[in-house]
Parts: sequence; structure tokens; C-alpha cells
Amino acid sequence: MQLSFLAAAVFFLLGAGDESARVNDLGHRLMCACGCNQILLECNHVGCSYSDRMRAELIAAVDRADSDDLTLQSFVQKYGPTVLAAPTKTGFNRVAWIAPYMALVLGIGLVSLVVRAWRSRPLLLPADAPAPVHGAELERFREQARKETEG
Amino acid sequence: MSQIGSFALLLALALSAYSFLAGLLALLRQGQGSERLGETARRAGIATFAVILLAAVVLVVAAFQNDFSIAYIFHHSNRDLPAPYKFATLWSGQEGSLLFWSLLLAAYALVLRLRYKTDVRLFAHASVIIAAVQVFFLLLLNFAAHPFAVMQGSLPADGNGLNPLLQYPEMVIHPPMLYLGYVGFTIPFAFALAALVMRYPGEKWIHITRRWTMVTWGLLTCGIFLGAHWAYSVLGWGGYWGGDPVENASLMPWLTGTAFLHSVMMQEKRGMLKTWNMWLIFSTFMLSIFGTFLTRSGVVSSVHAFAQSSIGDWFVAFLAVIFATCVFFYVKNRSHLRSEHRLESLVSRESSFLFNNLLLLVACFTVLWGTLFPVLSEWVQGNKVTVGPPFFNRVNIPVALLLLLLTAVGPLLAWRRTSLESLKRNFLWPAIGAVGTGVVLVGLGLRPWKDASYFYSLMTIMLSVLVALTVISEFVRGGRVIGRHTGQRLFASMAQLARRNTRRYGGYIVHFGVIVIMIGFAGSAFNQDREQEMGFGDKMAIGPYTLVCQSYTQDDNPNYASEWAVINVFKGGKQIATLNPERRFYKASQQTSTMVANRSTPQEDLYLVYEGQNQDTGRPIIKAHLNPLVMWIWVGVWIIIAGTALALVPNAPAPVRVPAPARMETAPVVAGD
Repeated sequence: MQLSFLAAAVFFLLGAGDESARVNDLGHRLMCACGCNQILLECNHVGCSYSDRMRAELIAAVDRADSDDLTLQSFVQKYGPTVLAAPTKTGFNRVAWIAPYMALVLGIGLVSLVVRAWRSRPLLLPADAPAPVHGAELERFREQARKETEG
Repeated sequence: MSQIGSFALLLALALSAYSFLAGLLALLRQGQGSERLGETARRAGIATFAVILLAAVVLVVAAFQNDFSIAYIFHHSNRDLPAPYKFATLWSGQEGSLLFWSLLLAAYALVLRLRYKTDVRLFAHASVIIAAVQVFFLLLLNFAAHPFAVMQGSLPADGNGLNPLLQYPEMVIHPPMLYLGYVGFTIPFAFALAALVMRYPGEKWIHITRRWTMVTWGLLTCGIFLGAHWAYSVLGWGGYWGGDPVENASLMPWLTGTAFLHSVMMQEKRGMLKTWNMWLIFSTFMLSIFGTFLTRSGVVSSVHAFAQSSIGDWFVAFLAVIFATCVFFYVKNRSHLRSEHRLESLVSRESSFLFNNLLLLVACFTVLWGTLFPVLSEWVQGNKVTVGPPFFNRVNIPVALLLLLLTAVGPLLAWRRTSLESLKRNFLWPAIGAVGTGVVLVGLGLRPWKDASYFYSLMTIMLSVLVALTVISEFVRGGRVIGRHTGQRLFASMAQLARRNTRRYGGYIVHFGVIVIMIGFAGSAFNQDREQEMGFGDKMAIGPYTLVCQSYTQDDNPNYASEWAVINVFKGGKQIATLNPERRFYKASQQTSTMVANRSTPQEDLYLVYEGQNQDTGRPIIKAHLNPLVMWIWVGVWIIIAGTALALVPNAPAPVRVPAPARMETAPVVAGD
């Protein structure tokens, strides 16, 4: 019965154009509530007592022209916050989104500081080491290497 | 049977404890007899392998003999289970997989202990560290997750059977590959810690562990992608990566291991990043253990089977000990890790490695953060939230694109300093090629402004072209130089070039494999799917294909009952294939599993799933996915394997040069990697 309902729902969905795109989008922002840890539209458990019903509710919400926020909120009210496939961008959940970008920015800052510190560090060389090559002489060697390694 | 296995595990614990303690004493006591004591420790370590192997063999034999008096065999096998899966029983459950982990560690340690003459003291230190890790796993096996625990009460006639999802050919090789990767990182960790403990001079420990690390990284890569292929082929949802904690657990050490493989070159070539590399390999090992803790402790929920158990505390304690040990020796001997050179320019190979490492670690942090955030949310807000694929995709795709850009730019930068002119010269044509590809794709109808996934897809393909062209130009440039000096043709010269610096050109081939995989990922933006009830003669259209249901039927064998459909596939009015999507009901475990029917071509996969039967009409419901470019993901993995294999081959000597009196007399300079 559930599967026939699902099949009917899918027929309806496929003929709906923009609505089907919305169902597809929203259905990929929701998790199946059966505990399978799968995206709602990807849950394919036989006998899953949740996914068929949830998909039908989603189609009904889109059919009523409910907004995305209202649709998602109604799922949260009914199934709890774990029904959303990603944290919201409100309250403490914002931290989930901010932290990786903060890590990236801090990392870039840290690497830049390290690079600056290294560039200003005096070079430690053994007493008998040949003097390092700089400036025009280094460029001359590079040009020679380029000529010998390129066609 | 169970008594032999239990005795073997106890003996293995005693032997590895002896190997650890005697080895430690021998290292601490520099006096007479310490050498002999150290030798007994080494031999005890070797014997540990034999005894753990015995325990593993006993468990496999018990599975083949249907010895359901052993609880593990009862829970993970049954009489009608096919032979290959009976063998796979060894790693199909919590206790067996820990035994398998222990066996692999003992095997790695065996190789190390047999090759101890390379550097007796360094190997002795590493051997003691590995013995300590082995003691932990054997303590777990003997006292917390005993694989030979016996059933209470009357003996059951048959077992519960293996989880149907695991009854797939890849499951016979996916876990061993993954575990070889996880466990293998113990070896470079042990050498790194040993080098720190003994203030080992120079970079020899890195040369010794380089092949270990590359092999381990290659095996982990294979393991991860075999898992992805298994998920794609078995789970029946049309995807290969779901951001599940177990998947994330395997990705984290892979990311830090990849960072280590890059940054270690700076230490070898320039004597820089010594502290960084030390902590990278420490982190990689700890993330392997941490991933195991995550997936076996029940801290985070997972679709994988190990999630509910009580061994989490053991792993927390073990991680604390590892971390404390690493910090202690780092603080004690950090003066030994001073950098020998300074960074001369921001536009240099060194800084490209720094930023490469940064991006890999940010990706690793994101995966870790996303995996743990539900737990953090529960602590702070009192309720769990889900952190699924939408989060990981949104955060990690931009990072991956930046990494692709660095993969293109990095090899074009010279060590120490690169002039902007040289960068422009090497970068111009690849950049024109990448932009041209983008223009062609937009001209063909790709609209990146319509959807973020299309934008990411376009960027991925453009950057992949950029990387491919830089890799090709590196081969061609080097090949021409060799050709000029040897008189060989271009392709022969390029092959010669690769043989002369296998690590560098093997690395380029690995990069090429990575971009092929990325192109496969980019195809997911254009996935389509349809679902339909299909009776005899019913049709379903998806993309260029028309599917026609020829028949549907049922079958039964001792292991499972099955239903399947026979679907004829038409393209352009011509029948091109017949596919049989199937659903199985496994009798012993009373569980259902899908067998996906997939027609894979370089252009796209036509992927059919038998969803079930309509109870009223008895007709099958078929879900069809059209997944573009997926085959390239698996092709890319083969290229990575080939590149890694090439990098493991020792360099060939330079060929004899053809005399060329008119040319310069200096030896050819080939840019170093």
C-alpha cells in the first residue's frame, strides 16, 4: 500500500515541473526519520515506516505552495531537529558553519606569520659551507637551468 | 576451538608485553647484556605474529566448521553462507575486526623486525613503540572484546548470518585494504616517535619510512574508494559518499597522511618543517585510532554495524596515553627539530607546500568538526542536530577547488624562489587551456549562474584541465631535455624521465588520477533519477534511454530468496543492454538487500534499483538513476595506484649520453622536485 502510494506520488511529482524541482531540493535537505542516516529522497529501505509518509507530506506542502522555511519548520516540529540534513544558520548552530571558515582564515594568518618569521630568520650555515647564491648570480643559474631543461 | 583461540590470544599478549618491556629495558640499560635482552624482545615480537595468526586462523576455521558455540561465529555466520564470506567473517564484526587489526599490526611489525639491520637502534626503538600499541589491542581482545567468547545455554542449530550488506565481493577486500591503511600508519608514527626519543640525527628516518608511508597511503586510498564503490553498488541510493561518521573516520587520516607526504619533501630537500612533520604523522596515527573510537564507541550514530559497544573508554585512555607521550618527548627534545633553512620567498615551492598543508588540514578539521558537532550540540543545546552531506559539500568543495588550484601551480614553482616571469611562462598555456575549456562548456549549455552545483562543476573541470596541462607540460619539457641528450623520441624520453625520478613523476601521475576523480565527482551535479512501477511491457524514459520491463520473477536458494526484474534498455530505438535489478531476502539474518544493476560507460552510469513490489498489483517498482561520469572516479583510483606504484620503484640511473660536441659541456640540470 505504501509503495503504491509512493509510486502514485512519484507520478504526480514527475509531472509537476518546478514543483518537482522544489521537492527534489527540499527532499535533499531532509533526513529520513527512521534512523537510517540517509537523505529523505535517498532512503530506500523496504518497509521503512517513515520515508513514504514523509515524502507524501513534503509533496503536500509543496502542493500547498508553503514556503521552504515553513515546510522545513513543519518537519522540525513533527520529527525534531535531526530531520534537517544540515544545521540551521541560527543560534548555536551558526558555530557549525563559521568554525571551518574561521579555521581557514586563522590558518592563512598563521601561515603568513610563519612565512614572515622564516624570511626574517638568519640563515644557519656551517663554517665551511659555500656562501649562498643570491640576486643576479642566482638568476643567472636559474636561466642556465631553464635553457638546459626546456626545449 | 575457542580454547585454542583464547590461549593464543593470551600468549600473544604475554609475548608482546615481553617484547615491549624487555625492549624498553634493553634501550634504557646501556650496559652488558642489553643487546641480548633486546634480541629476545625482537624475537618475542616476531613470535607474537605467529601466535596472533594462529588465533585468526582458528576463528576462520571455526566459521568454516559452523562452530556456533563461539558467540562471534553465531552472530556473524551461518551454515549456508558462501565460502568467501565465511573467510570475511574474520573482519565482519567488532571482535573479529579487532583481531584482524592486531594481526595486520603484527605482520607490519614482523617485516620491520626482520629488517632491523638497516639501523639496529632506530628499529629497536620503533619496535618497542609498536609492541606498546600491540599490547593495547591485545588487552582489548583478551578483556573487552573477546572473539572466542562462548555461547551460554544450548547450542544453536544455525547462526544469525552475515549482514546482507556485507555479502558482496568487494567486502572481501575493502576492509583488509582499509585496515592495512589504518594500521600501516603505526609504522611511520613509530619511527617518528623513535627518532624524536633518541634525537636521531639527520633525515634518515624519513628515508626509511618513505616507502612505508606511501604504501600505507596507497592502501588507505584503495580502501576508501573500494568502500565508496561498495556503497554505490550495494546500498542502492545512487551515491558513493554519504558523509557517514565511518566514512569520515577513514577520510581524516587520509587527509593528514596526504599533507605529510607533501610536507615531508620540505624536510628532505630543505631541512624545514621538522616539528610540523613530526606532529602531522603523530596526528595521522591518532586520527586512525580516533576514527576507530568514533565508530566503535557509539558516540556518534552511524549506518555501520560497530557503533554500539562499550570499548570507547579503552580508546579514550589509549589516545590520552599516546598524546601525553608525544607531548612529553616533543617538549623534552624539541631543540632537535630546529629548521636548517629559512624561507626565501612567498612564491616558492616551500610556500605552496605550506598552503597545501593548510588546506588539507582545514578539510580534515571540517570533517572532524562536522562529525563531532552533533555531540557538541547535544552538550550545549540539549538536542542533537544532523550534519549530513549538504554541510560537507558546502564547506569542503571550495577548499577542494583551492587545493586543485595549488595542485596546478605547485609543481611549476621552484624551490627557494620563483620569478614571476618563469611562473607566467609555465602557466600561460595551461591557463589558456583551462579558460578555453570553460568557454566551450558554457557554449555547450552549462549554465554556472543557475545553480551552485553547476558553478562548482564548471570550476572543477576547468581546474582539472589546468592541472592536467601542467602535468603534461612537465612531462613534455623534461622529455625534450632527455631526448636532446640521448637522441630518444619524445615518449621514450618521457618514460626514461619518469624512471629517473620515479617519486616526482609518480607523484604527477597521482595528481593526474586525482583530477580524473574530481571530474567524476563534477558529474554528480547533473544526476537524474526516476521511479516507476513497471509491469510487463511498461516503459520508463530517463535521459537518452528507454527502459522496457520484459519480465519479473522470483527465485530461492538456501542463503536467500530473491525477486528481480528483466529490463531491456533502448537507446535511439536500438536495444543496447538487458539489466536485472534484484532484491534479496537473507533467511538467516531476516534482512533485505538490493543488488543494483548498473550499465557503466565513460559518459554515464545507468543505475537501476529494484525498490520492491506493489503489494496490490505485485508489480516491481524500479528506480532508475542516470549518473554522469561516475566511471572516471574508479578509473582515477587505478591511475593513483599506478602513480603510487611508480613512486615506489627505485630511480633508474641516468642513461649514457650521445656525444654532442657542439653543445654545452655542463651536465644537464633537471629541476628537482
